[in-house]
Amino acid sequence: MSFISDYYNYWIVVFLMMTGFYIVISANNLVKKVVGLNIFQTSVFMLYISMGKVSGGTAPIVVEGATQYSNPLPHVLILTAIVVGVATTAVALSLIVRIKDEYGTVEENEFENKDDAI
Amino acid sequence: MELLIDLVLLAMLALTALRVIFLKDLFAVVMLFSIYSFLSALIFVSLDAVDVAFTEAAVGAGISTVLMLGTLALTGRTEKKNPHSKVLPLLVVLVTGAALIYGTLDMPPFGHPDNPIHEHVAPRYIEESPKEVGLPNMVTSVLASYRGFDTLGETVVVFSAAIGVLTLLRVRRREADQNPESGLRAHLVLQVVAKIIIPMIILFALYVQFHGDFGPGGGFQAGVIAAAAFILYALVFGLPSAFKVVEPKFLRFMAALGVLLYASVGVYSMAMGGNFLDYNYLAENPLHGQHYGIIIIELGVGITVFAVMLSIFYAFGSQAERANIQ
Repeated sequence: MSFISDYYNYWIVVFLMMTGFYIVISANNLVKKVVGLNIFQTSVFMLYISMGKVSGGTAPIVVEGATQYSNPLPHVLILTAIVVGVATTAVALSLIVRIKDEYGTVEENEFENKDDAI
Repeated sequence: MELLIDLVLLAMLALTALRVIFLKDLFAVVMLFSIYSFLSALIFVSLDAVDVAFTEAAVGAGISTVLMLGTLALTGRTEKKNPHSKVLPLLVVLVTGAALIYGTLDMPPFGHPDNPIHEHVAPRYIEESPKEVGLPNMVTSVLASYRGFDTLGETVVVFSAAIGVLTLLRVRRREADQNPESGLRAHLVLQVVAKIIIPMIILFALYVQFHGDFGPGGGFQAGVIAAAAFILYALVFGLPSAFKVVEPKFLRFMAALGVLLYASVGVYSMAMGGNFLDYNYLAENPLHGQHYGIIIIELGVGITVFAVMLSIFYAFGSQAERANIQ
């Protein structure tokens, strides 16, 4: 049991990462690809936060009676990464909107065919 | 008990992600992604990362979902049948996944206090930051003081993303004005409820902004929450009314102002004889200097994030309105 609980978080992170990866490389629709990329991204966040956790520790905010705190550094990195993540997602989505304007489709094989035709 | 919650939430997360693969209805995909973000926010709370959970709930489940729905309104909601074979992607994913699982076996066990990650700089932040910076929330101390330079970089990235989006999708004000029927004007109940909760959301954003030194929160979260209040206003009363309340031009000015405010704190501390962003030189007493510095740069972050999120929403919204008119 302890073997499972020692690595469970990391295994789920790997599973989520691979799910996101699979969606990115197999989906034909660009919006779905972006969702896959976001799932992949959140799984990386989960990996960092899992590593920062201390069993029996508490959130890194000073309170009386707390003896052990979880590591605040990964929290800082991931907090800003989330906001930067949504900013880059917005750029990706606006590119998709422009692709739809120009090609009339957001399915990868369809606009690639149109590119070849030109 | 904590272990059980962790096990169940992570399993739910895995199932939600798995379902996204098989769905062809993109509206359902986006909704599942929103649920996925909420679940990860819950897991972040159980892993003691309360600030991160706050951000994920506001950004991942809130703004991302709104932007993706805006994109779907412009690009269509069903995925077409995929002509490519799925065997090769599956094979690549299985091999990579197996390698990564094999790699995790060498990782230190989850949650152990003696893990290498807790031995280098973490003790210094945990033990010294309450004395050096004087704030109970160590995440804010590290974010705004020790690693203030990184955070400045991230604020600039957010600002440049806004420039990117606004270059790709311009906010077209004149055409939006021609469409007075936008929004949910026919729904009286929604309008009344929105008018009641919008001031509360803004009040909450201000609380998160100025209480971020003591509890979970700070500029990033407050900016997103304040933007959410105006997005709600725009959804219910229509974009033209929202443009009258907060003009797109004003938002562009605000986005730049926030970055300027942040950077000018750094320049000011240099002028006072310190290093860039060394708040100890901002006041006679270094502890006071730290407090002033953190309050001002968090305000800068809050203003930029608010302005950027709302202008990105405006850009998507005015595209959708234009598509409706045509």
